[in-house]
Amino acid sequence: MIDETVVLLSRWQFAATALYHYLFVPLTLGLSFILAAMETVYVTTGRPIYKQMTQFWGKLFLINFALGVATGLTMEFQFGTNWSFYSSFVGDIFGAPLAIEGLMAFFMEATFVGLMVFGWERLSRGQHLAVTYLVALGSNLSALWILIANSFMQAPSGAVFNPLTMRMELSSFAELIFSHDAQAKFVHTSIAGYVTGAIFVCGISAWYLLRNRHVELARRSFRIAALFGVLASLGVITLGDALGFVGGQAQPTKLAAMEALWKSEPGPLPFNLVAFPSQSEQTNYGEVQVPYALSLLVTHSLDGSVPGIDELEQRAEQRIRNGIPAVQALKALSSNPDDAAALATFRAHEDDLGYGFLVQRYVADPAHVTEADIARAARDTIPPVALVFWSFRVMVALGLAMLAFFVLAVLYTLRNTVERQRWFLWLAVWMIPIPFLANEAGWLVAEMGRQPWTVFGMLPTWMSASTHGVAYMAFSLAGFVLLYGIFVVVEMYLMVRAIRQGPDGPDVEAPFTPDHAPATVLPAGNRGP
Amino acid sequence: METYLILQITWWLLLGVLLIGLAVMVGMDMGVGTILRYVGRTDMERRVALNIIGPHWDGNQVWFVLGGGAIFAAFPLIYATAFSGFYVVMLVLLWSMIVRPLGFEYRGHLDSPRWRAIWDWALFVSGCVPMLVFGAAVGNILQGVPFHFDWKLTSSYTGSFLALFNPFAILCGLLSVALSVYMGASRIMVGAEGAIRARAQRAATVGASAALVLYAVGGVWLRMISGYTLVASPAPGTPQTPLQQTVTQAAGAWYANFSAHPALWLLPALVFVALVAGLLALRNGRALLGWWLGALGWTGVIGSVGAAMFPFMLPSSSVPAQSLTLWNASSSSLTLVWMLGFTVVFIPLIVWYTSWAFYVMRGKVSEEQVAADKHAY
Repeated sequence: MIDETVVLLSRWQFAATALYHYLFVPLTLGLSFILAAMETVYVTTGRPIYKQMTQFWGKLFLINFALGVATGLTMEFQFGTNWSFYSSFVGDIFGAPLAIEGLMAFFMEATFVGLMVFGWERLSRGQHLAVTYLVALGSNLSALWILIANSFMQAPSGAVFNPLTMRMELSSFAELIFSHDAQAKFVHTSIAGYVTGAIFVCGISAWYLLRNRHVELARRSFRIAALFGVLASLGVITLGDALGFVGGQAQPTKLAAMEALWKSEPGPLPFNLVAFPSQSEQTNYGEVQVPYALSLLVTHSLDGSVPGIDELEQRAEQRIRNGIPAVQALKALSSNPDDAAALATFRAHEDDLGYGFLVQRYVADPAHVTEADIARAARDTIPPVALVFWSFRVMVALGLAMLAFFVLAVLYTLRNTVERQRWFLWLAVWMIPIPFLANEAGWLVAEMGRQPWTVFGMLPTWMSASTHGVAYMAFSLAGFVLLYGIFVVVEMYLMVRAIRQGPDGPDVEAPFTPDHAPATVLPAGNRGP
Repeated sequence: METYLILQITWWLLLGVLLIGLAVMVGMDMGVGTILRYVGRTDMERRVALNIIGPHWDGNQVWFVLGGGAIFAAFPLIYATAFSGFYVVMLVLLWSMIVRPLGFEYRGHLDSPRWRAIWDWALFVSGCVPMLVFGAAVGNILQGVPFHFDWKLTSSYTGSFLALFNPFAILCGLLSVALSVYMGASRIMVGAEGAIRARAQRAATVGASAALVLYAVGGVWLRMISGYTLVASPAPGTPQTPLQQTVTQAAGAWYANFSAHPALWLLPALVFVALVAGLLALRNGRALLGWWLGALGWTGVIGSVGAAMFPFMLPSSSVPAQSLTLWNASSSSLTLVWMLGFTVVFIPLIVWYTSWAFYVMRGKVSEEQVAADKHAY
């Protein structure tokens, strides 16, 4: 039986390293396309300032990229080091997208990033532009395959359990990669990266404008990022809604936790704008509700309904009862793969195998399960409601705030009045941490909302961890915290230093004429200073 | 069954190819890190050495990531059992490796000599420690690793952390460091001139000579080590778990495949021929040829280990009957087919654009060039 402390420490370590890695990845995703956009303007117009912009933002891109690569290395191996049973149980399916990510995406990204940095003098303009696009394409394809892998954990499809090998095996590659969850999640997450990149560029440009430094570079960067950002933040919200819709069907427990919906009720359901959920009492305090809104959001109809936690717990209880014989039969098959009676029992109950595993947390021998064990295991199927509920609200609120910010940013920049709005420039600077917070909150909704499963409905988290001792886990977690702590200090120091230094070389003093800006939104009286 | 068998063997061979790619490409950059402080006496000389591999280390490092991904996808039980069993060593490997991207990227940001000295040491550690761990891991696998499974294949490792640092494993670790020094040094010779090149040549000579001696000693030592023989198991090419086998242990058993198929002796012979020829090539100033011969040397080393162990991949010293072989640790037929498809399409593509990147960045790196280029490391 696995030590609960070890499982907890393994979860903390995975969460800490994944959340940390995920600080750097979205910026890479977004900034790479912004770089490509700037360089495209450089190549098509030949204006040197766009080359300076590409190189300056490229420098910041690389400071961030190095840490993204470094922390990504540990992620690739952490499934094996710390989630050993998970790895052997679903490696047949989950390993493939990770390997394909290396083959198709990361190789391309990493090879061409070298040429992007070192190739300015050796490549033609067109070649260098192509290289920059390949870096952007590589990093985004990378996200695609990682999120396909993640979606298998959220809404497993294209896999069956094979009792002969005692693991999940691939049954349809197409179902794995074209799962609805994977598609919605990829677009939602990668576009969240574009928002992150856009806010980053807007914020730093605003800081230059406030200081009256590198004004030409900052104005143009601000405009490109604002346009990119307004489209991206609209996309994030639309796809977030789609992901909620798809994910709610695949994981009703996550949806119920996101909305703190303790009881099943007929529609129309109100939306809890604010609530203080109590897991032990299974009720909310201090609810502030918007009538009809939840039905509208999750069923896209005015009077639709979704199951509440009480109903989901009852369903889980049924499935646990049905899953216990599956575990028993599997144990018999493990020592004798030719046991036909055991195979027949297993086939009759295999859909609930994961639920059978759940109760093993309390009693290893399936023959000795009590009613109390079943009730405890059923209660385990509910994720930590308050955490998921509030992470979700933080993410959505920040997402809406960023959309509002970009709408104003586009308005001001197209009318060339952004430099007069000093309050707005300060706001832009203070917006820089916002997308990072929203991204982390989104990760928490997705991964905490999936609990108690690593693979939803199939493999409980407690079973997935490696069988290490507490001392090993304490050592490794402490090591990661120390090392990553040093890294982030160094990275922030270099980033701030590079921003303070500004672009290389003298400012390119091309007068700012809005000739290449969309002329229709530039009334003559509004051209700014 | 036939198809599955062929797929399993294909993937076993492909894993060998990926490991050779990892050893050659990542090992080369790590070798440069290991000897950085020796070949470069001044900061500028070190920058020259770093800028020789500067445009390529990031891409090369993906062989490591891909190696991990491919083991996960094609041999999930190996990925799960080996990496959790070697937990502390894996952490040492990963922690030393993740300093490397920062060493390359952050070193040049400040002019302070102390700052640069810190990253020089970081690059040294992140060059030789991972290579030592790679080699030592193989050394331990050849001796068997103490692990076993419960009925649902949860693996438990029962050995101590310190037991992994036994003399044979250290010898294998040093062999891998020596080969990486040789590869890194010959790469520097390709890209540098003058004093740096001369020092690199000395490092390469030491690396190749040490590798020759260590490989020969390791080969003799392996005869005394207790190897494993698969006596009975479900038929190869059928779905199975590692719970239904009979395995025996005997000294010299790792030589059984060589006795049965004498043609396999070509693999160890390749190591000696390639490394001796490599030394001669470097002496004649043929650095690139020397590098390619080093890559052949790696092929011989990894190939001979694979040939000795076949069909074993991770023998268990505590419960030999639960040893992992390519028959019981590989993925399902469908996964292997899909992965093969992707590999067949993308590996040639990767080789093609990597070659193009090397072609674009061809030529010597000089101090003047590094000083003038604001993008240089």
